Amino acid sequence: MSNIEITKNILTARFDAINPDSIDEYISHNGYSALKKSLLKTGEEIINDIKTSNLRGRGGAAFPTGIKMEAVLKAYGSPKYIICNADEGEPGNFKDRYLMEKDPHQIIEGIIICAYATDIKHGYIFIRGEYINAINIMRKALEQARVKGYLGDNILDSGYSFDIEIYTGAGSYVCGEEFALLVTIEGKPGRSTYKPPFPTTSGLYNKPTQINNVETFCNIPHIINMGGEEFSKIGTSSSTGTKLISLSGNIISPGLYEVELGTSIRDIINKLGNGIPNNRKIKMVQIGGASGPIIPENMLDIKLDTKEMKKLDLCFGSGAIIVMDDRIDVLDILKRITEFFHHESCGKCTPCREGLTQMLILLDRFTDGIATTNDLALLEILMETMNQASICGLGQAAPIATQKVLEYFREEFTNKICSTDS
Amino acid sequence: MLVKEALDKYGKTPDKLIGAMLAYQKSTLCNYLTEEDIKEFAKETKIPESRIYSIASFYSLLSMKERGKYIVMVCYDVPCYINGSVNVVNELEKILEIKMGQTTTDKLFTIEYSSCLGCCDKAPALQIGATLYGNLTPEKISSILSTYRGKKDE
Amino acid sequence: MNMLNIKINNKEIKVAKGTSILNAAKEVGINIPNLCYHPDQEVKANCRVCVVEVHGAKTLQASCATEVKEGMVIRTNTQKVRQARKVVIELLLANHDMDCTSCKKNNQCGLQEIAANIGVRESRFENVLEKQEIDTSSPAIERDPNKCIRCGRCIQMCTEVQGLAILDYVGRGGLVDIKPAFGMYLNNTACVACGQCSVVCPVAAITEKEDIEQVWEAINNPNKTVIVQTAPAVRVSLGEEFGMEPGKIVTGKLVASLRALGFDKIFDTDFTADLTIIEEGHELLKRLNEGGTLPMLTSCSPGWINFIEQYYPNLLPHLSSCKSPQQMFGALVKGYYAEKIGKSPEDIFSVSIMPCTAKKFEAKREEMSIDGKNFDVDVVLTTRELAKMLRQAGVDFNMIEEEKYDAPFGLSSGAGVIFGATGGVMEAALRTVYEVVTGKTLENLDFKAVRGLEGIKEAKIDLDGTIVKVAIVHSLSKAKKIMELIKEGKADYSFIEIMCCPGGCIGGGGQPFGGTDELRIKRINAIYEADKELPIRKSHENPAVNKLYKEFLIEPLGEKSHHLLHTKYVDRKK
Repeated sequence: MSNIEITKNILTARFDAINPDSIDEYISHNGYSALKKSLLKTGEEIINDIKTSNLRGRGGAAFPTGIKMEAVLKAYGSPKYIICNADEGEPGNFKDRYLMEKDPHQIIEGIIICAYATDIKHGYIFIRGEYINAINIMRKALEQARVKGYLGDNILDSGYSFDIEIYTGAGSYVCGEEFALLVTIEGKPGRSTYKPPFPTTSGLYNKPTQINNVETFCNIPHIINMGGEEFSKIGTSSSTGTKLISLSGNIISPGLYEVELGTSIRDIINKLGNGIPNNRKIKMVQIGGASGPIIPENMLDIKLDTKEMKKLDLCFGSGAIIVMDDRIDVLDILKRITEFFHHESCGKCTPCREGLTQMLILLDRFTDGIATTNDLALLEILMETMNQASICGLGQAAPIATQKVLEYFREEFTNKICSTDS
Repeated sequence: MLVKEALDKYGKTPDKLIGAMLAYQKSTLCNYLTEEDIKEFAKETKIPESRIYSIASFYSLLSMKERGKYIVMVCYDVPCYINGSVNVVNELEKILEIKMGQTTTDKLFTIEYSSCLGCCDKAPALQIGATLYGNLTPEKISSILSTYRGKKDE
Repeated sequence: MNMLNIKINNKEIKVAKGTSILNAAKEVGINIPNLCYHPDQEVKANCRVCVVEVHGAKTLQASCATEVKEGMVIRTNTQKVRQARKVVIELLLANHDMDCTSCKKNNQCGLQEIAANIGVRESRFENVLEKQEIDTSSPAIERDPNKCIRCGRCIQMCTEVQGLAILDYVGRGGLVDIKPAFGMYLNNTACVACGQCSVVCPVAAITEKEDIEQVWEAINNPNKTVIVQTAPAVRVSLGEEFGMEPGKIVTGKLVASLRALGFDKIFDTDFTADLTIIEEGHELLKRLNEGGTLPMLTSCSPGWINFIEQYYPNLLPHLSSCKSPQQMFGALVKGYYAEKIGKSPEDIFSVSIMPCTAKKFEAKREEMSIDGKNFDVDVVLTTRELAKMLRQAGVDFNMIEEEKYDAPFGLSSGAGVIFGATGGVMEAALRTVYEVVTGKTLENLDFKAVRGLEGIKEAKIDLDGTIVKVAIVHSLSKAKKIMELIKEGKADYSFIEIMCCPGGCIGGGGQPFGGTDELRIKRINAIYEADKELPIRKSHENPAVNKLYKEFLIEPLGEKSHHLLHTKYVDRKK
């Protein structure tokens, strides 16, 4: 895979080249051409193209987009809904904000194509309430798209009608979780409902619903334009296309980078991020955000590839890379991450609600120097229960960072154990 | 703005409620919902009072505590944290002579922790209204605050 | 029916499509422990106690929320499951007031039972409970947030079944609580004190206000004549408290055990149920003949009275002016019986055993007393409290020999008994009204159309050419629907029976914990069984009632009735 290009600007090609407030500039940069092509095809053809592209969701779970669309298309019930999940709240991620602020029509075009393919009439873009700029830009872009006839009744005289509404969150990380997002739109506190059934068969108002991340939708116009076959040649066999990387932490050049999938994390840090400031060494890197794993320096050669990472029980999630140098206090960071989840947990299920409180108490024992071997054993059992028994991804993923530290930096804990008795 | 006006603008169905609550809160002088407001929302929407209260208590952008005109939202998540958000908080507390979560006596500023603002490439960061401020230093913070101090009522 | 092949703990079975793993497991004799699950409620899946291992699934699955699939392989008792379950229970205990031995629900607590069954010997986690004030503001129910496990059963009951939504989740994360809006005291909310929340609460977070001690004191006071009345629904549920089959009729044992506790006179509320029928029946006829406000609404369910007073005060004229049987009884005891036995009302202590928590509130209404201090009913005990008293006194309910009620208020008809079930008041009224109006004898006494658990039932009766349309409603969400119809002038009924609780009084808020529809049906069947077995089945044929009219009341709706048996209502809109 020597032909992997580190920098490959597909989704970000128009960034700073066009004025995001101008639909005309978007159109003059090949915008809405994929929509025009799509309207001449059948839904099945479009879905097949997307399946061929092997595009996987970019929100973190990496579910094949084409398969999800097929499920929605075949699902019984109407009306059906499509939702663009722009509730970006995973610490370390800022890609969706950039995508909305710098090229809003790319997202809209992607949503319209998907909606057309699955014959959906009503769409939402769920944007977190903190992203006020993005909300304003997207509002304006939707209005322009309506004026130009890309949205609304009888889109481009195709006979197909579709519109998109913006829904703004009110400050809750868990609403990025699909089920919580759905109940929030329905006007309830964002507490996850149980699963299954999945949103593709029973989503918003119990109707079939397609939910995808902003970045996933952004890929759609490109797949249509270059063809699924061509798209699938980008990246690796199990992870096609590019990935937006939100690079932050102790790094010389933090920022948003688009890389071809298959790129190594070390290359991203060194070649794009220009390494670590102050001649420090890397202690560890968190991948994906607060809910992602933490890996040590010697694992940085791992490539952004779903299959390869899965072998090590890792995933690149939504593509955040947070670099931490050798000055950081690992336990302090773990406490910060756990506090984040404790604050953001919806509080509905026992393992997450009570488990996070107890995780903080146990972590405190280590930093206070009063931890015993029993505390360590209890912490591990607790975290396993949270992984296994929590109702949604938040509680299941909340302990991952701590668990990975225990896997790769166990001495950070064992060094702080003061007694082995009781 | 009255509660009724907010609901007329956004709609009275449950899916429009949170948007209406946010808009109404923004229009209040002190950025919060009173008990009367919540009762009013319940009355107008016919959604139970307990549910409206539940929503207000759930979302971090909604408050039932009196706050300042400007909410200074300080990101405290890992990328900002390792780039010194602690210093940002200390500086804010020093300049405004209040603690985290409190409101200045002139009711101009409230400082709050915020979940990730999506500004990790310019950590540490804070947000006031729609404006994000990144790569913060103590000097920057005092000049940011002074621009708001000078602002005329919008 | 579409049957699926699954395997639970290596046992292969066929179960119907749509069955949850939890229920499928029951079919092979496995009870999966659970706390938030309730068979009559929407699945919540939040306690995570009922998790099981499903082959191929990445995580453990909540068995209450997961439907079986063809070929599913389930294991309910692996090491992984056992560990997760234990940790979940320990986590709940670590945020729980651990005063189990002095807790009101000691030995009746779902959390305690599971902890014991799965072998929790300690909570390895630090107890993080931050004690909150116990809400004792309501005269009927008590809310102890220190016991709450946030399962949400009470919220669903209050919101979906009763349509009140007094309680909801507040806050998020580790700070989530269940409470009324603004953390108000229950007494300041529009709570109707029905106590349905307490019936479904698996722990002691919501319970009835306990008034047992006052009764012990009275029994032990030589200067007090302690009189007790027992509601119809208690005789078909009390047995459950002592391990008997749901729906077992225990009238004789109930009487005997009350006598064993030391009550001086054991009477039957069924007697005044019969009286209610005479008064209410005549009130209905009067309204029909004189063009009074129709439809007339029944008034025996105090939760329902609280509801209409608080939510629909404009419709109060529809309400029958009859007191409830409990309060008629209380008024007769202090305003008639006392004198008859040569006592002053102050020397009488009047207790009622009710399936109800709202009755506690009703008994303390100012108008239900002689002078605002001396109440017609001094203390109301729920079925659950009576069971507690019997345990305290060591009464062996299973062993005790049946006894009979005392005269004169121990005699009742089958019509009085069926008051305990939804539709019962209506059926009892129809039996009497028909005969009073037509002068003919009713051949078929069973009005089957008014029976059963359907939310809103309708029936028509031909009173010699005049067709009277009636409706029967139970649970307040259904009552709300009817009230809206009345408000819009679309309810063309003459008479509507409304019961606050699902199933009527047999499903009351003071009944044994853990009520389900399945249980309610068994209790209802028992009620009709008891009716059938009685020699007298019509209120107007109760000789004791007729004697009371002859000797004292003179006539229905007369002067004395007006004073003792009828009441007024107040607008208490909140």
